[in-house]
Amino acid sequence: MIAELGAFALVLALVLSVAQSGLSFAARRTHDAALRGAGEGAALAAFGAVAVAFFSLMTAFVTSDFSVANVANNSHTDKPLLYKVAAVWGSHEGSMLLWDLALTGFGAAVVLAGRRLPVGLKALTVGVQGLLGLVFIAYTAFASNPFVRLAHPPVEGASLNPILQDPFLAIHPPFLYSGYVGFSVVFSLSVAVLIEGRADAAFARWVRPWALAAWSLLTIGITLGSFWAYYELGWGGWWFWDPVENASFMPWLVGAALLHSSIVTEKRGALAGWTVFLGVAAFSFSMLGAFLVRSGILTSVHAFAVDPKRGAILLGILAVAAGSALSLFAWRAPLLKAGGLFAPISREGALVINNLFLATAALTVMAGTLYPLIYQAATGQPLSVGAPWFNLTFAPLMTAVLILLPAGTLLSWKRADLAGAVQRLWAAGLLALGAGIGVFALQNAKGAFAAIGIALGVWLIAGAATELAVRIRLFRAPVKEVLNRLTGLPRGAFGMTLAHVGVGVFVLGACVETGWRVEAAQALKLGDTVQVGAYSLSLTDVTQAEGPNYSAERATVRIKGPQGDSVLYPERRFYPANRQTVSQVAIETHGPSDLYVVFGERREGTEPSWLIRAYWNPWARMIFGGPLLMALGGLVSLSDRRLRLAAGAKARAAAGARA
Amino acid sequence: MSLLPKSRKARRRLMAVAVAAPILAAGAFLSVYAIGDGAVFFYTPAQAKAKHVPSGRTVRIGGLVERGSVAKGPDGLVSFTVTDKIATDKVEFRGDLPDLFREGQGVVTQGAYRADGVFVAKEVLAKHDERYMPKEVADALKKSGQWRPDATVSSTAPMVGGSMNR
Repeated sequence: MIAELGAFALVLALVLSVAQSGLSFAARRTHDAALRGAGEGAALAAFGAVAVAFFSLMTAFVTSDFSVANVANNSHTDKPLLYKVAAVWGSHEGSMLLWDLALTGFGAAVVLAGRRLPVGLKALTVGVQGLLGLVFIAYTAFASNPFVRLAHPPVEGASLNPILQDPFLAIHPPFLYSGYVGFSVVFSLSVAVLIEGRADAAFARWVRPWALAAWSLLTIGITLGSFWAYYELGWGGWWFWDPVENASFMPWLVGAALLHSSIVTEKRGALAGWTVFLGVAAFSFSMLGAFLVRSGILTSVHAFAVDPKRGAILLGILAVAAGSALSLFAWRAPLLKAGGLFAPISREGALVINNLFLATAALTVMAGTLYPLIYQAATGQPLSVGAPWFNLTFAPLMTAVLILLPAGTLLSWKRADLAGAVQRLWAAGLLALGAGIGVFALQNAKGAFAAIGIALGVWLIAGAATELAVRIRLFRAPVKEVLNRLTGLPRGAFGMTLAHVGVGVFVLGACVETGWRVEAAQALKLGDTVQVGAYSLSLTDVTQAEGPNYSAERATVRIKGPQGDSVLYPERRFYPANRQTVSQVAIETHGPSDLYVVFGERREGTEPSWLIRAYWNPWARMIFGGPLLMALGGLVSLSDRRLRLAAGAKARAAAGARA
Repeated sequence: MSLLPKSRKARRRLMAVAVAAPILAAGAFLSVYAIGDGAVFFYTPAQAKAKHVPSGRTVRIGGLVERGSVAKGPDGLVSFTVTDKIATDKVEFRGDLPDLFREGQGVVTQGAYRADGVFVAKEVLAKHDERYMPKEVADALKKSGQWRPDATVSSTAPMVGGSMNR
């Protein structure tokens, strides 16, 4: 019964989405409050219906109802409860349902939180959100239905891929999808503004909280995914420029550009058209990502395997949704009022530069991701574009914009004094140069690039600190005034500082980890020792261990290091349900650095030996800590009093989407 | 006197173009410049021979892992033969093979040919699905008429088509 209830609720949600957009558009035309209320009611009900469908599927998973094909394919009675729940979004069909839940959840959040929106604009936004709900719920119900029953249910399920049975990956999709789909609100709002033909500073004030929420959630989602890849795949890497990663990175870059451009639109009324364009582009990139990940068109280490027909439908959705929104933009954007004038050297000017770089970076990532597709379609010769290409294109663009960042934050609105801003940064610059030159002097082979990276990281962190110090007149005013200024600062100011420090922390971590990582791989017999960095690792024992749904070979690795002795227990787990072996990496953290040990295959010989791979990953934790600081900065900005009314809505939306 | 347009609006537009153009041009230039190094072509052993891929160039070689060809040395060096049923390549790889690497199944390796013709792999890619056949390998086998879909489906495949292979 539960699957039928879910299928029914999903179709009900589809009908409610039709009602939501039909009633809302009619309400905008007739200015009828009753119709508008009905449209909003339909939006809330659609969320409720998708939630019923979602929890029906979850119930089927928790109770191991293998008569449902999706459960039979992705679950197993032996699996721990957490992974039974996580398997709901572990497959293509289930994750589309999660996408729909987020989409209708954000629609409901607009209804509940958008009380301050002008009624006409709100009705249009709810209507457009309803149209998005319509296409994606229809796609789920008719092309990817997770509630399909099997005529001959198996006794046992095929279980979830063991590398996905991980606590971080269990919570990664809900964050990622809340972020991806959070941009749908920005999309709907932008389309509504285009239909109205009016975008003013008030529009930016509404767009900004939603963009902040979506971007922060997406940041957390990407970071969780990257951290999972780091310790679960056992390759020690954290970003591979894999098409699937790029698919999430493109909306992130556009979202970051949107956050900054909406400040200009809000404060100065300028760039309204550009902000609307980015609002449309961010969710279009989310949809492009969904297509790339789910069409199987690109060879990627982690994509859903889906037949090409479903991919073609997603491509159709992308073409229609993004195409009509962009056409609308081309038609209506000239109506949007051009904003106030500003001099090139000003805060606005700096934010324009920021946007140009972020947009160009997003375009290069898109080019690198789509190039293999286009090339193969044109010539028939398969090829891939890997990390070296992205390092040569993306990294210089980002380096340029990050060098400019601290100066930009010190410029004042309208017309600024560049010399004054640069003068204030002398200490930060000196610190950065000193760090860079110091590292360069002590370098090893990769030191030159790492030195530039370290100088850049120090420059960003010191620059962000300088900006805060200038604002509160640290060392320039009496202590009392400094404290007054500090407590009087808007939350948005702290959010910006946190986010920019986060960028610096990330750059430091990424450069140090890349430049000074030490790797050792050796087949060890019992009692043998391998040296990695300052640590000597000896394999002293290999035992059998039983987990809830796997059996493992567990190695005992004794470590002698500068901080004393310790023991790590890396494992090789065999999951009988999947007939798959997965390495469980053991990590010992030393401050921000990781000692990372992978227990590999057994090699037969006169005496058996095991392949042990070990990495010393200096400052690796900062690679993940930096983005979390950025997300925290976004959330702190979100709590700013100036956005508070809209912010409450966003928090509710996030809660709804995660439910 | 001045070459700059008179209207404020036009001047602003000119300014926007003057700032945006170099950044976009830099992005485009870097993209095109880097494609020489960054694009990695995929070949099957027979195609690589036909194209005379020079040693030292990074390429991807894909095909089936020949049964009985996998040899694991005590020092962590693994060698195996990749075949497209027309030609074969000996591949050497130092490191841990992916958990789903199997004899008789599809594989994609990235690396470069050594002067002696042995392919030295830096990466061995196998998707996280034991029934996975890399798309390029499947396409190449279909083209050469060596494609037998059933041969690639392992007998241990789940009862219902698995939909997940991240």
